Amino acid sequence: METKNFIIRQISIFSENRPGRLAAIAHALGEENINILAFSIAEANGFGVVRALVDHPEKAHEKLQSLGFNIAFTDVIAVKMKDQPGGLYEVAKVLGDAGINIEYSYAYSGKEGAVLILRVDQVEDAIKKIRNSGATLLERSVFH
Amino acid sequence: MYWDKKIETLKPADLQALQFQRLKKTLKQVQNVGFYKKRLAEAGVKISSIKTLDDIRKIPFTKKQDLRDGYPFGFLAVPLKKVVRIHTTSGTTGKPTVVAYTRRDLDAWSDLIARNMTMIGITADDVFQNMVNYGMFTGGLGFHYGAEKIGMTVIPSATGNTKRQIEMIQDFGVTTIHCTPSYAMHLSEVAEEHGVSLDSLKTGIFGAEAWSESTRTALEKRLGVTAYDSYGLSELFGPGVAFECPERDGLHIWHDSYLVEIIDPETGEQLADGERGELVVTPLVKEAMPLLRYRTGDVTMLMEDGCLCRRGQKIARITGRSDDMLVIRGINVFPSQIEHVLLKIAEVGNQFMVYIDKINHLDEMTVEVEINREYFSGELADLAKLQKKVVKELRDALELRTTVRLVEPGSLPRFEGKAKRVIDRREKE
Repeated sequence: METKNFIIRQISIFSENRPGRLAAIAHALGEENINILAFSIAEANGFGVVRALVDHPEKAHEKLQSLGFNIAFTDVIAVKMKDQPGGLYEVAKVLGDAGINIEYSYAYSGKEGAVLILRVDQVEDAIKKIRNSGATLLERSVFH
Repeated sequence: MYWDKKIETLKPADLQALQFQRLKKTLKQVQNVGFYKKRLAEAGVKISSIKTLDDIRKIPFTKKQDLRDGYPFGFLAVPLKKVVRIHTTSGTTGKPTVVAYTRRDLDAWSDLIARNMTMIGITADDVFQNMVNYGMFTGGLGFHYGAEKIGMTVIPSATGNTKRQIEMIQDFGVTTIHCTPSYAMHLSEVAEEHGVSLDSLKTGIFGAEAWSESTRTALEKRLGVTAYDSYGLSELFGPGVAFECPERDGLHIWHDSYLVEIIDPETGEQLADGERGELVVTPLVKEAMPLLRYRTGDVTMLMEDGCLCRRGQKIARITGRSDDMLVIRGINVFPSQIEHVLLKIAEVGNQFMVYIDKINHLDEMTVEVEINREYFSGELADLAKLQKKVVKELRDALELRTTVRLVEPGSLPRFEGKAKRVIDRREKE
C-alpha cells in the first residue's frame, strides 16, 4: 500500500492566548457539522497553535479561513495502540528502535481503540519504518 | 557654591549683551554649514538683519528630522580634523543622529556639568559612581568628564550588574550617584532584598527620563539621598543643559550657553513666561555643530519667579513631549522606528501596537504585531523562531530589549485618522 494513504491532514490554527479563542474555533466547526476526532493545544509565549484532526479538513480550513483565522494543513500519521496498560510503551519503543524523531504527538482513545498521533520530520520515511517494525498505522480513510 | 559665580549670576542686561554677542558668533559659525546657508537664504535672513535677541524669531526652526537628513556630517561647521568626539542618538529609520564635538566643545560641556554638580554642593571630596551607558549615549562620558573636572573620585561603573554596583558603592564609600530614576529605584530594591544599606550615599542625580515628585520622595527615602533632576539632550551637548539647584523648584537652564524660547508647538508662536509649551534652544557656545532654534520636543515653561540662589531664570521640570517620541529606560524611541523594523520582516504584518508599563520600576515595552497569514506554517516552533527574530531586530535597531507578542492577523486596531499605536501605561503624576 502506498505510503501517502497513511498521511493524515491535521489542521493547525494560530491562536492568541486569550479567553474565548478555542470557543470561537469550536463553534465555527460545530456550525459546519464538522466532527473533531482528536485535538491538542500547544502553547508558547503568549500564543499557541490549536491542532485538530477533523472529519472534513478542507471544509474546516475554508470555514475558519473565512472567519479570519490563520490556518494551515500539517501532515501527521496515526499509530494504533493497545488500549491497556503498557500500550503506549509498546509503540514508543518501536518508534525509538526505528530511530524516528517525534516533533510532537498527542493521543486519543476512541472507536478504533487508542491512537497516537505523530508529527515527524521525515513522514514517508517514518511510515516505512513503522510499517516494517510491525506496528499498525491507521489509514487516512479512517479519519476523512 | 558656584563653579563660575560671575557667569552664573550675571545681571540681566549683561547676560543679554553676552547672549547677543555669542548669537552673532554662532550665526557666523553656521555659515560653514550648507544646510543653514541655504535655509537662511531661503528665509531671506541676513546676519546683518539680526540686530536684537528678539530678531531670532525671523530664523526658521531646526528640527530633529533636519539633523537626520544631514547624516552623517551635514551639520559640521568645522573640518572633521577638528572634531575630537562623535556621539549618536538612535534614529527613526535606522540612521542615527550624529553629534560632534571639538576640543573646545568638550571643555564647554564638561564645564557646564561641573557647574551643575558644584551648584548642589558636590566637591573634590566626593566619590561619584556614574551608572549610565558609557557608549554612544552622551550621559556616560558627559558626566564623567564634568566630575573629573571638579576633581571628584569617579567610578565609571556604567550600567548593569546591580549587585556589583551596590558592592562598589559600599566598598568605595560612594557619596554621589548618577543614573536614570528607574534604575535608581531598581537599585534601591535590590539593596533592600539583600538587606544592604547604602549609608555613604548623599546625593542622587537623576535624568534622561521624566520623573515625578512622588518618585523623588520614594528615592530619597529608599536611598538616603537628596535627589536632583538633570536635563539635557545630545543635540545640545548632552546632559548639563539645565539642572536643579538646592531649592529643587525648577531647573536652572544656562542662559549664557543656551538661548531659550518656549513656543506653541502647533503655531510656532512664542509663549509668555508661565505658559507651557515646547522648549526651543539656540546653543550659544557650540563650535562643531552649531544649531539655530532647535526644537527639543520637550514640554516645559519659563518660570516667573526668581530663585534664592541668584542664578538665572528657571524652567519647570519636563512634563512630556510635544511629538511622539517615547523615552524608555532613558533611550529615545519613535514609533516610526518600530514600524521601520517590522516592515523589513516579511513574516509579520504592518500593523502594530506598543504598550509601555512600569514593572519593578523599570520601563518595559511590549510590541504586539500580527503574523502574516501566508507565513503561517502550522508549526509552533516556527512561530517561536519568528518571535525571537522580531525581538532581535528591534533590539538591534532600538538598542532596547522588548517583549514581542505575536497576534492573529486582523486582530489589531486599524486607524483611519491619526494612528494611536502607543499606549503608555506608566503612572503619570
